[in-house]
Amino acid sequence: MPVEREKLVELYRTMLKIRLFEERVAEIYWEGKSPVFNIAADPIPGEMHLYIGEEAVATGVCAHLRPDDMVAGTHRSHGHYIAKGGDLKKLMAELFGKKTGLCQGKGGHMHLFDAGLHFGCGGIIGAGIPHAVGAALAFKMQGKDNVAVSFIGDGAANIGAFHESLNLAAIWKLPVVIVVEDNLYAISVPKSKSTAVKSNAERAAAYGIPGVLVDGMDVMAVYEAAGEAIARARRGEGPSLIECLCYRYRGHFEGDPQLYKPEGEEEEWRKKDPIPNFRAKLIREGILTEEEANKIQEEVAALVAEAEKFARESPWPEPEEALKHVFL
Amino acid sequence: MAERIISMYEAIAEAIAQEMERDPRVFVMGEDVGFYGGIFGATTGLWKKFGDERVRDTPISEMGFVGAAVGAALEGMRPIVEVMFVDFTGACFDQILNHMSKIQYMSGGQLKVPVVLMTAIGGGYNDAAQHSQCLYGLFAHLPGLKIVIPSTPYDAKGLMIQAIRDDNPVMYFFHKGLMGLPWMTIIEATWAPVPEEPYTIPFGVADIKREGKDVTVVAVAMMVHRALEAAQKLEKEGISVEVIDLRTLVPLDREAIINSVKKTHRLLVVDEDYLSYGMSGEIVAIVAENALEYLDAPPKRLAVPDVPIPYSNTLEDFVIPSADRIAEAIKELVS
Ligand SMILES: Cc1ncc(C[n+]2csc(CCOP(=O)(O)OP(=O)(O)O)c2C)c(N)n1
Repeated sequence: MPVEREKLVELYRTMLKIRLFEERVAEIYWEGKSPVFNIAADPIPGEMHLYIGEEAVATGVCAHLRPDDMVAGTHRSHGHYIAKGGDLKKLMAELFGKKTGLCQGKGGHMHLFDAGLHFGCGGIIGAGIPHAVGAALAFKMQGKDNVAVSFIGDGAANIGAFHESLNLAAIWKLPVVIVVEDNLYAISVPKSKSTAVKSNAERAAAYGIPGVLVDGMDVMAVYEAAGEAIARARRGEGPSLIECLCYRYRGHFEGDPQLYKPEGEEEEWRKKDPIPNFRAKLIREGILTEEEANKIQEEVAALVAEAEKFARESPWPEPEEALKHVFL
Repeated sequence: MAERIISMYEAIAEAIAQEMERDPRVFVMGEDVGFYGGIFGATTGLWKKFGDERVRDTPISEMGFVGAAVGAALEGMRPIVEVMFVDFTGACFDQILNHMSKIQYMSGGQLKVPVVLMTAIGGGYNDAAQHSQCLYGLFAHLPGLKIVIPSTPYDAKGLMIQAIRDDNPVMYFFHKGLMGLPWMTIIEATWAPVPEEPYTIPFGVADIKREGKDVTVVAVAMMVHRALEAAQKLEKEGISVEVIDLRTLVPLDREAIINSVKKTHRLLVVDEDYLSYGMSGEIVAIVAENALEYLDAPPKRLAVPDVPIPYSNTLEDFVIPSADRIAEAIKELVS
């Protein structure tokens, strides 16, 4: 089925939002950390895992989701949140640790929660998978046609929770989709050293559910595969697994010297960059003119600048607020 | 000969290398311990020296590889297994809680489990609730685990060699902020003289870091350094603080604590772990049981106030004890 123009433009805009947001985050992060890198330095302190290069995955999947569908992200989740329709201002303010942030400065970069958007993520590898399975169980028990999506890295597919969750989802026929982002590495460890299967899509067969491997640098390929899996889940036909082959252009975290990456590897993957390639395709196919594409770029850049301004100008939480929210 | 000054991560890696050379049963596994040398540097240089067979990068499978360390230990190997952050022991807690700590006992002493599980603890750099915990109190509560928490490079090396040679399971906690990593807030004490030759430090012997007569401060890891900083400040105000670094929680040097309190008559326990049901309560209980009549003031505890570690700087600084707050607490005790 042909995809409407509006949807295609939306896919482009979303990928760009993630890219420009994160490129700005990287600049701000390093702004506080030069000349001497100190991980605790403001304005954005702590670890920072960026999603740059992987935008097509979150975008292609979340384009099928409604606000009341559930997404369980990872430690690298700005992109998942933005693609789900997240609020850039609150996201940025959270990264700054401000009172106006998504979690009032308590969560930070790895622990983003937005109850209204049914979004959560965390820093413990694989721990989000059972959460998505449980959300899917809730949807089923409540008679809703919602779905839950769990994004994970290929590294996370080796943790026990992955296998237990897939099995549960399969036996209970739950409306959950597991999206594996294979960006070749788990920190420094290449996939070849952590699993004996070629693709995690193969593992789906072990649980009796469909598994597909798609090009994660091609937003349309992801969009189509996710569309099928999500529709299947909504129809009550059970879970599926999609593995997206992609690449993170930056280090595992900001400051990672990336000595484990072979020379020239990034250049090869740059040729497949999902964003300029999709833009060129939209222009080539007459979906967008050059001017329209530039205008989208400007609009998105303005949103990011607005988010940054909001974050910078927002107040800090009061220190005593640290004691709030253990119990409600 | 000039003393050689190295960082804590180098001291740990050197200890492991020397033991691997001495004993072919010793091997290392964990995430990114190979080529990368460990995220906190504790396995720097080992992979190059010993190769894939004895320095194994694992998949992200804590339950699997920590359990495998237990199994390998049961068959005569002496594994050192790194769980990158102590927070991630959640993913293998069963192996620690029900197996690593108990098999020796359940087997009536037939079997031993000489595993060293090393892991990073501590906050202070905004890594928030799932990457900043200490949790040693949780593990110290379980019978069967020895608990080691070095605060200096010298201790780190001696305690690591001791841990590897110990026939029991040992949990070895290193504080990220003390490792001497270039990307952390710099703490001078993380570089110190360390002898090149192997040496051991017995478990259960606390180190009196500073003698004093007005108040005893008991701490481990980063809080030792914060307490020393506070003590130094207070010296100018005429308050004499004794600082005790426990170095191991299990076994615990009860004598050192009791003797010090008998001398100073006041006790402050400073802990970067949570306040309730933990190390600080244990130490206060020991003093109450053994030296209550010596106390001139009720003992005090300064620890993380039973909340997860928050992200934002303003919030995190509020919950982790600082040198200033330690000094304040000491002043309250002596006033
Ligand atoms: C249970 C657990 N073990 C280890 C880690 C440390 N860690 C954080 S990210 C990461 C690699 C994750 O790789 P992958 O799942 O492929 O995701 P990617 O970072 O490539 O997006 C590791 C080992 C963790 N956060 N949680």
